[in-house]
Amino acid sequence: MTPAVKRPVRRSRLSRTPIWRILFLTVFIIFVLAPLYWVFVTSIKPSDDYLAIPPVWYPDQPTIIHYTAALFDYRGLNGLINSLIISVAATFLSCLFGTLMAYSLARFNTGGQHLSFWVLSQRFLPPIAIVLPIFLNYRALGLNDTHIGMILAYTVFTLPVSVWMMFAYFRGMPRSLEEAALVDGCTRWTSFWRVAVPLAAPGIVAAAVFTFIACWTEFFFALVLTSRNAYTLPTVFRAFLSFQGAQYGEASALAIVSLVPSIVLGVLVQKHLVRGLTLGAIRG
Amino acid sequence: MAEVRVTDLHKHFGAVHAVRGINLDIPDGEFTVLVGPSGCGKSTLLRTIAGLEEITEGEIAIGGDVVNDMRPRDRDVAMVFQDYALYPHMTARANIGFGLRARKMPQAEIDQRVGRAAAMLGINGLLDRYPRQLSGGQRQRVAIGRAIVRNPKVFLFDEPLSNLDAQLRDEMRGEIKRLHQEIDTTMIYVTHDQIEAMTLADRIVLMRDGVIEQQGAPLDLFERPVNRFVAGFLGSPKMNFIPAKLMREDGDRIILSDGISLALPRGRLSTNAAPTDVLLGLRPEHISRAGGEPMVAGTARVDATVDLLQPTGSRTFATFSLGGVPVIAELQAHDVSRVGEKIPLVLNLDRASIFAADSEKAL
Repeated sequence: MTPAVKRPVRRSRLSRTPIWRILFLTVFIIFVLAPLYWVFVTSIKPSDDYLAIPPVWYPDQPTIIHYTAALFDYRGLNGLINSLIISVAATFLSCLFGTLMAYSLARFNTGGQHLSFWVLSQRFLPPIAIVLPIFLNYRALGLNDTHIGMILAYTVFTLPVSVWMMFAYFRGMPRSLEEAALVDGCTRWTSFWRVAVPLAAPGIVAAAVFTFIACWTEFFFALVLTSRNAYTLPTVFRAFLSFQGAQYGEASALAIVSLVPSIVLGVLVQKHLVRGLTLGAIRG
Repeated sequence: MAEVRVTDLHKHFGAVHAVRGINLDIPDGEFTVLVGPSGCGKSTLLRTIAGLEEITEGEIAIGGDVVNDMRPRDRDVAMVFQDYALYPHMTARANIGFGLRARKMPQAEIDQRVGRAAAMLGINGLLDRYPRQLSGGQRQRVAIGRAIVRNPKVFLFDEPLSNLDAQLRDEMRGEIKRLHQEIDTTMIYVTHDQIEAMTLADRIVLMRDGVIEQQGAPLDLFERPVNRFVAGFLGSPKMNFIPAKLMREDGDRIILSDGISLALPRGRLSTNAAPTDVLLGLRPEHISRAGGEPMVAGTARVDATVDLLQPTGSRTFATFSLGGVPVIAELQAHDVSRVGEKIPLVLNLDRASIFAADSEKAL
C-alpha cells in the first residue's frame, strides 16, 4: 500500500496574514478614509442634508453646485491657480538650490561641520516668530501680495528640508562615481549633472513632493502676506466661515479639489518617493 | 603612451603627512605596481597622478608635461576604481562610451571603439545590460573597458581586484597582464596584495608611511630586500626572522640564542662594519629536509622538532623552533608526517638575508 502523499495546501496571501493584522489595518483604513468620505459626500449634498439626523450617508440627488460656488463665487479657482503657480515655482527653486547646496555640503564639506546643521535649524523657528519681519520687509520691497514674494518665501521656508533630504542622499553616494566621470573627461559641473543628479533623481523627487505638499497646504504665511492678488487655496477656506454660518458644502468641495494635485503627484511619483526616502539613509 | 615622473611629492591631509617626498620615474610602457600596507600612501599617490587629489608640494609630469595644475580630464589618464565606479543608470555600452561622449567624439567612432574594447574583453554580449545585471567579474571587465576605450597615455588601477573572490581574482590578474602585453601602455597599479604585485609588475614600488622603502624588479625586491620591512612584506608565508649574534672571527658566523652556530658563506655580508646583534632572515622555501646527500657550500644543517603542520597539497608548511622563535619551513608534502617528529633540516644560508637588529637594514 502506498503511503498517502500529503499535498501542501496553497494558501492565498491574505489567508496567511494573521487575523489581528487584518483587523488592525481595516480599522486604520476606516479611520483614515472615513473623514475623507464624509467630506466628499458633504461636497455633493444639498444644503439641508449637511446636519440631518439621521445622517445622510449618500444623497438622493447629488449636486455639483457647491463646486461651482466654491470655484467661482468664492474665487477658489483663482486661489487654485495661484497655489499651483506658487507651489510649482517654489518647489522647482527649492529643489534646484537644495540639490546644489546639498551637493556642496556633502562633497566639499562647505561650511565645515556646522553649516549643514545651521541650515536645518532654520526650521526650528516657529513661523509666527518670523512672519512679522518678513511682512514689514515685503511691504518695504513691494513684495506683499505678489507671486514672486510668495515664491521667495516658500522657497526659503522649504529649503532646509530639501537640503537635508538631498544631503543624506549625496553623502550615501560613492565619490568614486563622480571621480570616474572627472577622469573620463567631465568637469566638476558636468559630472554633477550627468552622474550625480541622475543618480539622485529619486531623492530629488522625494524632496519635490515634500516641498510641493508643504507649499500647497501652507496657510499662515499666505494669510499674512497675501490679500487680493496672490492669495492661495488654503486662504480661500476662511471665507466659508462667515456670520451667516459655515458653508460646509463649498468648503468640502474646495477641500476635494485641493486634494487632486497632491493625489495625482503622489500616484505619479510613489515608486520614487519610497526609494528616495529610504536610500539616502543607507550607506553602501 | 607616456612616461610618468614624480618629483619630491608631498601630500598633507590636515595634520596627516600622507606622502613624504616621493621621487619616482616610470618609463613609457612599464607596468609599475605600488604596493604596501593600508595607509602607506599608495592610493593617495595614484590619486595625485590622476588629479583627484591636489598635491601639497612637488611635481608630477606625464609625457614630459607638468600636470600639477591640470584637471583630471586634461591629463589623458584612465582609472579603474576599487568599487568599479560604473554609472548605475547607464548600460555597459554607455558606461564604456561615456568618456568618449564627454569628449564629444562622433557616435560612429564611439560605437566602433566600444565594440573593439568589448571584443578585447569578451563582453560583447553584455553591452546592453545595466551594472546591477552583471556579476563582479563582468563589472570589472566593463570598468577596464571604460579605461581602454579612450586609449589614454597612462592607466591607473586602484586595487581593482580586491572586491573579487579568489578564483576570479586570479583570472582577472591574468587578463590585466595580457591586456598590458597587448596594448603596451604605461600602467600604474595599486594593491596591498604582494602576490598581485609580484605576478603583475615589471617594477614594484614598495611603500610604507608615505615613503618608498624599495623599488625595482619583483625578484630584486624578493631576493635582495633592503630592510626587514621589505623582506617581510613580500613572500607568503613571510620570511622568518631569527635574532642572533654575528661573530666575525674565523669567517662570519651566526650564533643563535639556543647556541646553534651557522657559518655564513664568504662574502655574504656586504659591509665590514656590521653590528653584533642581527636578525637572520630565512624564507620558508630556503629551509628543506636534509636527505642523505653531502652538504653543499653555503648551507647548514640543524635538527628540529616539528610543532605545527599545515599541509597545502603539494607542499607542507612545518613550524618548528629555532633560535627561540617559531620558524616556518616549506617542505615537500611527504617530508614530515606528524607533529613532534624530529627531522634534519638544511638551511640555505646563501639565500638568507642578514639585518641589523637595531636599524633593521640589510647588511
